[in-house]
Amino acid sequence: MAESRTKTIRTDALARVEGEGAMFVKIEGDRVTDVKLRIYEPPRFFEAFLRGRAFTEAPDITARICGICPVAYQMSAVQAMEQICGVEVGGQLRSLRRLLYCGEWIESHALHVFMLHAPDFLGYDSAVELAQENPALVQQALELKKTGNKVMAVIGGREIHPINVRVGGWYRVPRKPELAALVPALEQAREVALEAVRFTAGLDFPEYAQDYELVALSEPDEYPVDRGRIVSTKGLDIDVAEYDDHFVEEHVAWSNALHSRLRERGAYLCGPLARYALGADRMSEAARAAAAEAGLTPAERNPFRSIIVRSVELVYAADEALRLIESYEEPDAPAVDLEPRAGVGYGCTEAPRGILYHRYELDEDGTILDAKIVPPTSQNQRAIEDDLRGVVERSLDLPDDELSLRCEQTIRNYDPCISCATHFLKLEIERS
Amino acid sequence: MGNALRRDDAVGLVAARRLRGTLPPEAEVLEWEGEPTGLIEIWAGADALWLIDAVSSDAPPGTISRLEASGEDLPKRFGGGSTHHFSLAEALALARALGHLPRHVVVLGVEGERFDLGEGLTAAVEAAVPEVVETVRAEVERRLAR
Repeated sequence: MAESRTKTIRTDALARVEGEGAMFVKIEGDRVTDVKLRIYEPPRFFEAFLRGRAFTEAPDITARICGICPVAYQMSAVQAMEQICGVEVGGQLRSLRRLLYCGEWIESHALHVFMLHAPDFLGYDSAVELAQENPALVQQALELKKTGNKVMAVIGGREIHPINVRVGGWYRVPRKPELAALVPALEQAREVALEAVRFTAGLDFPEYAQDYELVALSEPDEYPVDRGRIVSTKGLDIDVAEYDDHFVEEHVAWSNALHSRLRERGAYLCGPLARYALGADRMSEAARAAAAEAGLTPAERNPFRSIIVRSVELVYAADEALRLIESYEEPDAPAVDLEPRAGVGYGCTEAPRGILYHRYELDEDGTILDAKIVPPTSQNQRAIEDDLRGVVERSLDLPDDELSLRCEQTIRNYDPCISCATHFLKLEIERS
Repeated sequence: MGNALRRDDAVGLVAARRLRGTLPPEAEVLEWEGEPTGLIEIWAGADALWLIDAVSSDAPPGTISRLEASGEDLPKRFGGGSTHHFSLAEALALARALGHLPRHVVVLGVEGERFDLGEGLTAAVEAAVPEVVETVRAEVERRLAR
């Protein structure tokens, strides 16, 4: 018997992944014997921090879990709190939330598609290198991001961590002309997004596909963004309140983040690929046409092609924002009246990276007794590890450095947001 | 820039709040809690830029480091371990590549002690804030007086 050849790939700090992560892959002969994605910091610390706080503070506190998707955290939090209070925020108040969310999708997807994932496909080390070689492309990405920021600033009150969101609605609602002023930039964003679909569809993709169980929110007449039932490609169809009956989180020794699985079937995947598989028919006409031109169908299961799905979602987010602005009427009141009461509430919305689940328990004064937050990254962790195993097994002939890059590219398929919103610098002082 | 709920990571935000109202009207003070590339559109068009951020190295907590980033990239190690998609160093490099970097860029780093979840700066970092504020205030005035 031939001596087994053992090869280890280790990435100590993952570049271009939110938070700090590390990856470990062990290969023995032509077998991958171990795959670990190590993530340092779960929102568990935030859950503890929320206990004893007022229910009205949850949107602002949870918004600081992630510097990229604060709106997602706010939206899942307000949904859960409003459920406990027994109110529904509908009509234009809800439309404004969806509009705010479109801004975040544009901002986050523009960052990921052009500046984080595209360099992998084009063979650049980073977006900085890409910007030196192709400044127009990066400039476009920044313009798109800026439009997303503008939407967030007008509705949310400021670009990052919108301060205008509150349980029950808003502190202040925008006037019609304020929203109308966003229209030219959003029309331009839609054009850039359409180009992004054509551009990403022309990239070279590794041959790879998995029969994932895809999980997303679902509403009868809308592409999933800010609410819906939780459905899957293998027949799951539940109310958000039933989440804990079907999904379970487990600790694994090598990562602080909890790994989620479906109690009955194990690993699953949420995010753009899942939303598209389950909701493609509810996209705008322009988004559907762009997807068709790009050869994308709801049967797509190659995770590398999620960069095309994100681009199609950029088209949709711009279209949907324009639609919401066109049908906007200023509401009579910025928020619905509500009183806290004791109870348990559930919220789930589609963060750019996938479903984000919140559960809160309040006492009769509205003090938070318990909080649970499950971000998309912990839901996708198992699927990411399965993919790493699969991708490495199919790419064993690659030299180590290329294999390592392929692994990073695989991880970035999921745009993992390693829930950690600090951005202090690691600084090494050199003295001479 | 910083995260308001990560103790010493908030030092830049705290310093910005104290600077507000002390600077001439030509200078704008902004608190930024998002990822750094979002800053590019904001600083584009400015003549000069002062960035205050927490840093983590082996220096004693509260140590202030000042780097001029106008001419060349920050040393790679300066931002290599950032916990964001883009480090501040990368955002500066990206802006430079696109011609969106102000002529004069200064990064003031304050060595942090604790970055875990919670509010309030540790004593050593809190003690460094007045010097950071005064440094920026004096440099802004000198720049405007040129």
